Amino acid sequence: MPLCIGIPKETYAAEKRVATVPDLVEKLIKLGFTVVVERDAGALANFDDASYVAAGARIAATAAEVWSSADVIFKVRAPSMDEVPLLKEGATLVSFIWPAQNPELMQALAARKVTVLAMDSVPRMSRAQKMDALSSMANIAGYRAVIEAAHHFGRFFTGQITAAGKVPPAKVFVIGAGVAGLAALGAAVGLGAIVRANDTRPEVADQIKSLGAEFVPVEYEEEGSGVGGYAKVMSEGFQKAQKATFAKQAKDVDIIITTALIPGKPAPKLITTEMVQSMRAGSVIVDLAAEQGGNCELTVPGEVVVRHGVTIIGYTDLPSRLAKQSSTLYATNLLRLTEELCKAKDGNLDVNMDDEVIRGATVIKSGEITWPPPPPKLSAAPAQAKPAAAVPVAAKKEEASGPMSANALAGVFGVGAALFWLIGAYAPTAFLGHFTVFVLACFVGYMVVWNVKAALHTPLMSVTNAVSSIIAIGALVQIAPPLAGAEVLRPDDWIRWLAVLGIVLTSINMFGGFAVTRRMLAMFRK
Amino acid sequence: MSSNLVTVSYIAAIVLFILSLGGLSAAETSRRGNLYGMLGMALAVLATVVGPRVTLAGVPWIMAAMAVGGSIGLYAARRVQMTQMPELVALMHALVGLAACLVGFASDIDTSLSFASEAEKTIHEVEIYVGIFIGAITFSGSLIAFGKLSGRIGGKPVLLPGRHFINLLGLLIVVGFGYAFLHAPTVADGMLPLAVMTVVALLFGVHMVMAIGGADMPVVISMLNSYSGWAAAATGFMLSNDLLIVTGALVGSSGAILSYIMCRAMNRNFFSVIAGGFGAASGSPAKASGEPQGEVTPISAQETADLLKTAKSVIIVPGYGMAVAQAQHAVSEITQQLRAQGVNVRFGIHPVAGRMPGHMNVLLAEAKVPYDIVMEMDEINDDFPETDVTMVIGANDIVNPAAQEDPTSPIANMPVLEVWKAKTSIVMKRSMASGYAGVDNPLFYKENNRMLFGDAKAMLNEVLAGLKA
Repeated sequence: MPLCIGIPKETYAAEKRVATVPDLVEKLIKLGFTVVVERDAGALANFDDASYVAAGARIAATAAEVWSSADVIFKVRAPSMDEVPLLKEGATLVSFIWPAQNPELMQALAARKVTVLAMDSVPRMSRAQKMDALSSMANIAGYRAVIEAAHHFGRFFTGQITAAGKVPPAKVFVIGAGVAGLAALGAAVGLGAIVRANDTRPEVADQIKSLGAEFVPVEYEEEGSGVGGYAKVMSEGFQKAQKATFAKQAKDVDIIITTALIPGKPAPKLITTEMVQSMRAGSVIVDLAAEQGGNCELTVPGEVVVRHGVTIIGYTDLPSRLAKQSSTLYATNLLRLTEELCKAKDGNLDVNMDDEVIRGATVIKSGEITWPPPPPKLSAAPAQAKPAAAVPVAAKKEEASGPMSANALAGVFGVGAALFWLIGAYAPTAFLGHFTVFVLACFVGYMVVWNVKAALHTPLMSVTNAVSSIIAIGALVQIAPPLAGAEVLRPDDWIRWLAVLGIVLTSINMFGGFAVTRRMLAMFRK
Repeated sequence: MSSNLVTVSYIAAIVLFILSLGGLSAAETSRRGNLYGMLGMALAVLATVVGPRVTLAGVPWIMAAMAVGGSIGLYAARRVQMTQMPELVALMHALVGLAACLVGFASDIDTSLSFASEAEKTIHEVEIYVGIFIGAITFSGSLIAFGKLSGRIGGKPVLLPGRHFINLLGLLIVVGFGYAFLHAPTVADGMLPLAVMTVVALLFGVHMVMAIGGADMPVVISMLNSYSGWAAAATGFMLSNDLLIVTGALVGSSGAILSYIMCRAMNRNFFSVIAGGFGAASGSPAKASGEPQGEVTPISAQETADLLKTAKSVIIVPGYGMAVAQAQHAVSEITQQLRAQGVNVRFGIHPVAGRMPGHMNVLLAEAKVPYDIVMEMDEINDDFPETDVTMVIGANDIVNPAAQEDPTSPIANMPVLEVWKAKTSIVMKRSMASGYAGVDNPLFYKENNRMLFGDAKAMLNEVLAGLKA
């Protein structure tokens, strides 16, 4: 019996997103599910009911109808306490949950004997990136943060020289170069601003530079990478040095975008009141950590306030402000998760707790709270591990390509000397002449062939092949040599036939080899 | 023609041969290089025929033999497909090996030769013995290589139990009968040891190449190339002919260098290749150190085309799979299409891509891909981070990131093309089977990698249709 996926309209105030979009409804149906969508669920994200119907979904008139008919509920925001009782017993809910912040909700959901997959708990590992809704949303938030800042900032971002005078470029400082921070960097660079960024994790410096921004380091020795790609709490001494760095930047820049989050903890207060006071009037701060209390002391979550002449944007719904984009990305993340849950494509869900990704995302399994999951085995970016692994590789390489050790060299010379002595002691003079020629020819060949381009290795082989049919000479001189005298007995016929066969074989090689080389080389052209 | 004139002709031929190899250092001069080779060969043959060592009675024989052999050779050269080049080359090596054997036998039974001293006679006989030995190994080894390359014999390494012991035994037999051969009072007495040695050498060649797997073929082909040179050099010693010695040494060292380059490109020791059985030595085809088995993301031909259209810079990495599917013409058309749209398309060639050194270059040249956009691994490896799309066509081990990332991998430290550093990599493959080395390829599971499953030629044609649409 295929399951029915229900998409209720989001009830949270001013939430414009929707948990699936028409394009992806089709794909869910292909996986074997049926889909029911509440009337106007996508209206605020510019997806009308007709397009959902066209994609194969059924439209339900009321929320109650969706909740009661669906076996699986896809949502964006965590359900409200009013919505929890609507869940069918045994149903599956997939949405953002934030289990750490919402213990009552978890209890209420568990009491309903449902299974809950939290999109915020999908482990941050390579394999799960396609389902990582936090990253999708952070990306949008970062972009939108720049747009909001531009909206409240009274000047151009890009520097211009106009007939009416020179406009200096805006200076943007981004704190925290995670997904949101990098998206903000990219957007601000794209608008033409001078962008700087700081992060406690030194390995992101390259990413910052690659986007065209400048990395501002904190002059203090401490490694800031935590488990799962997040930063960790830093020591006091570091925090002091960091404050000094930020204070210096605050005096200089026009826009600060803060994105510093530490999982399960309130956001660190990085921008103090004094720093805000030191900023120029008309400057803007966008605090992406507002929901977790804000990185700026003066942030008011959810609102835009002006303090000391500085606009402080504390919106907590930035992704919702780009509803069409964020809905599409979120819906794609949900679809990818659904594909993981429904490998058989038969419209049923298999919550496989042995799968690390699904295990991580599942916070309630059939009424039993399974959060928090065991710690992830793999870190998303184990920066320290990499150089450690690379060092032996590099060292070994050097060993392989470097000059021979003195001992090995002595060995080679020793063997060579012994061989030469043997030859010199026993071989007749005539042989030595040929031997000289042989050794010299080997060296000439060695020198010449190293210059051959790799692209021409095949022609090289076919031409050397043709050349080695010089053996024909050996056969030619055997066929009918001038004989010294009649008294010498010689099996003429045998030799002749062997030689003739030899000539046939080598001339196949000779003519064929040169001809095919010619044919090949004719093809090499610019 | 006096014997001095013949000698100077030979010297001229030697110079021409060296110039010929030197000419191959650049594509522009390579055609002239080939011409030098032909001139040198013609000069050497003509000088010999009109020289004092050949009497008039031999000329009709020679003309007939060369006419027969030459026409077969020219016919083969005209008809061969570029994808069959490795087979043709292997077959030609076999011919050289066999010819060396024949010349050796003929020289052995030639009782008209006289020697100044006993030592000279012994040296001559050693030369015959060694020449036939190398010739026979080259002959049978090349035949097996030909069979493997043309699919007549399975490409899998055939490993006999105690194969090193068998080889050692063979070598002892060869040395033992060599002693018997040198001390045989008459030619007829020497014939048995010589024949036994030849049979052993033939078996030796078969055994050696049978133990070597398909993807090690570039090493084997270059090695046999080298052997055919040494066989010629040995023949030269036997006949006291400096031209043969020099030419053989040139070819021999050329093949040896190629073998060395190929081994280095696989980060393997020459002896381990020859000893055979790659992968088998390191136990079962191991999944190295619990490499995370992730998800692969498939992509359709149409999506590939869209991706290529929006790219600014594209690198194509071909492998043996492209040769098997005969997809080089489709690749070339895609290249032309993309270049016409202003996309910077280049090719990255791994030294051991394909079944013989330079195999990919020849195929691409045949399909009219301009050679100045076909790069060697070292030339292009640093450019991957600035590349939008890399397309891997029928290659596996040569793009395996495990070689760099996983020190326990069987292919650790092998130089590879770093395709995963591009923004997106697309791997065209028939299925998820692992490569020749039996090593799983973490590239497929990388987040920026897409898999385009299917026959390379059919898929590329679909991509091309998508590009034109």
